[in-house]
Amino acid sequence: MKRAGPGPTDHPTDHPTPGHSRGRAALSRPSAALSRRRAALSRRRAGVPRRGRRRAARAGQYLALLGYLVFLAFPLLWLVSTAFKPPTELATLHPTWLPERPTFDNFRRAFDEQPLLRAAGNSLLTAGSAAAISVLIATPMAYVMARHRSALSRAATGWVVVSQAFPFVLVIIPLFLILKEFRLIDEPAGLVLVYVVWSLPFALWMLAGYVRAVPRELEEAAAVDGAGRLRTLVSVTAPLLAPGIVATALFTFITAWNEFFFALVLLKTPEKQTMPVVLTHFIGTEGVADLGPLAAAALLATLPSLVLFALIQRRITGGLLAGAVKH
Amino acid sequence: MAGSPHEPARTSPLSRRLPRRRLLTAAGAAGVGALVPGCASGGGGGLRFLSLAWQQESVRANKRLVAEWNEAHPRSRVTYVQGSWTSVHDQLLTSFEGGEAPDIIHDASDDLADFAYGGYLADLGDLLPDRLRREIPPHSWRTATFGGRVYGVPFLQEPRMIMANRRLLAAADVRLPTAREPWTWEEFADAAERLTRGATYGVAWPLKEPVSATLNLSLSTGGHLFHRGDDGKVTIRYTARDRVVPNAIRDQVVREKSASRSTLGMSGADTLPGFFGDRYAMVPLGFSYRQQIVQQAPRGFDWVVLPAPAGPGGDQRQGVSPQTLSIAADCRRKEEAMAFVEFLLRPANMVRLARGDWLLPTGTTALADPALRTPRHGWATGTALAGHLRSAPAQSVRGYPEWKDKVATPAFQEFYSGAIDDGELRDRLVSDGNLVLARYQR
Repeated sequence: MKRAGPGPTDHPTDHPTPGHSRGRAALSRPSAALSRRRAALSRRRAGVPRRGRRRAARAGQYLALLGYLVFLAFPLLWLVSTAFKPPTELATLHPTWLPERPTFDNFRRAFDEQPLLRAAGNSLLTAGSAAAISVLIATPMAYVMARHRSALSRAATGWVVVSQAFPFVLVIIPLFLILKEFRLIDEPAGLVLVYVVWSLPFALWMLAGYVRAVPRELEEAAAVDGAGRLRTLVSVTAPLLAPGIVATALFTFITAWNEFFFALVLLKTPEKQTMPVVLTHFIGTEGVADLGPLAAAALLATLPSLVLFALIQRRITGGLLAGAVKH
Repeated sequence: MAGSPHEPARTSPLSRRLPRRRLLTAAGAAGVGALVPGCASGGGGGLRFLSLAWQQESVRANKRLVAEWNEAHPRSRVTYVQGSWTSVHDQLLTSFEGGEAPDIIHDASDDLADFAYGGYLADLGDLLPDRLRREIPPHSWRTATFGGRVYGVPFLQEPRMIMANRRLLAAADVRLPTAREPWTWEEFADAAERLTRGATYGVAWPLKEPVSATLNLSLSTGGHLFHRGDDGKVTIRYTARDRVVPNAIRDQVVREKSASRSTLGMSGADTLPGFFGDRYAMVPLGFSYRQQIVQQAPRGFDWVVLPAPAGPGGDQRQGVSPQTLSIAADCRRKEEAMAFVEFLLRPANMVRLARGDWLLPTGTTALADPALRTPRHGWATGTALAGHLRSAPAQSVRGYPEWKDKVATPAFQEFYSGAIDDGELRDRLVSDGNLVLARYQR
């Protein structure tokens, strides 16, 4: 995606990137308005500065958020723009945001050249299975780790965090040999197993946090009302954990969906390859790429994550516990 | 990767440490089985051909050839497996280590050394049919020969050419060099200066990877840099002949300012917008970049392919690392695999592959094909050069990748940007470099 940038110039400082300047303009306007409002407030009464300060802090938060949004949106918008550009618009000194002659040709070629649908299917299957399995395993484990604090569970938590630091290359050859022993090379099941193991530590850690946020008092209240252990877990705790479970599943899904190296090494048959591996087939030597089809395919590859987030976002934001317990 | 131990790893110690493996497998299978449908064992015992073709036309040519082969040879079917240049080394290394390598392997000669010395590739000596042996000239065979043995069939090669804007060259009244009468390095420098006007630079050197570009072009001035002694050990010497090309490039950037400084950190593809937009009149690029130019240039953009400058006496030698086809040492049907390679590289097929990738074939019959002798898109200029292409100076030197990454790349980058001078460059390439090489040659 190197060439998808604003284009090489000999004087980079003369040409701030479009996203950059836009962000700056957007940032400066509200802050001016804000300072005016703040000045007016402080003139009127000396008793309100606290509220003013709070508002200023809130505005600052929004500004930071806006800046971050622009930062995140830039590559995605550029990807969309590139995906619809004909080849002659890909290498110009003054690239435009909107394609001058938009085309679907890149998509047609991407589908012609590579089995994208099959790859997407494979990815969906592996990532979906990995997400489902790791949540199934991690939820009860996280519950135990969070509720029954002992030296063992503390040590386990520590180990979970440490295990996040292992680099891929360190484990890949031993992992390959172990999987080979189990005849799981070139099997999607093997890849799912790897993804589950790989994402389990973080899933555990994340879910344990959610479990801790469920007040113990609720479970005790259920017990007082005569609910058994299992009943309490199923009817009280599990529903409250739902946002956490969904968030964790989503995280696992996206990690697996995007994963490239294990998929490259473990799956040998072309029919089984996943999306990230197939995407590299548009890239040649020395960073030369079939840019249009690559952008089109990459855009399609980001869609499932976007759709999932859009559908599930409300569940994550939760707020389910509000007012459940009086402190 | 260079230092990876090549003893074949055995799995038994690992499995011994996993006493409950049956249980684990069962658990894994039970958990996963619900969601993943069972997979048939792929291929049915056919040969697997890992291809790195990536351009549309080239992928199509490869797939068609595989289909033609399969139709004619139903008993030894070949499965087309697509790989990618960006990840082929890691993919092969892990496959070899795990004993799951493809049977026929497409790669480049400069990536083969580790695999060849590691015993992962079959020695093709006894397998090669005479026709291929004769067809491909000795200097090409040398690129895939390691320790006296041939580990790959070199079939496509890429010289570095000068892509030039014909309109700007005509306006500056510069003589167009031809394969027969190339520019000298002085004439090239002179042309670049005359082409530098206003916002236009005479030349843009995309030198993100400065080492191979410099070394390969330096063959024209007799620079070899790596010298093999009688004891077989390689040492680095930076002589007057090695200095010509680096100094010519640096002078353009630093002294004459006829070359853009900002492209020093760019890859070839990054310079194309500036080339199309008249910011650079000439760009030295690999032969296959013609495809990108044809595809992406604005309508009416008039460009021409020129040969790289020649050294003293019209020396047009240049280093290349051809694409190769190898056979895995583990392959059980090496004769069949070689028969497929032979089929793929028949002259007519080699022409199809070369055209698909916009590269030069190595075979002499293929090179004579009229389709590759047309002046259109600079094909003729390229084919005229084929006889001058030699093995890249460094590719059989063990420790070269480390020398390149740790010593030579930063040294050349600093030299071209003007941060260090000629003496300092020599010191670093030679003193630091020989220390690195010595570690590999004990």
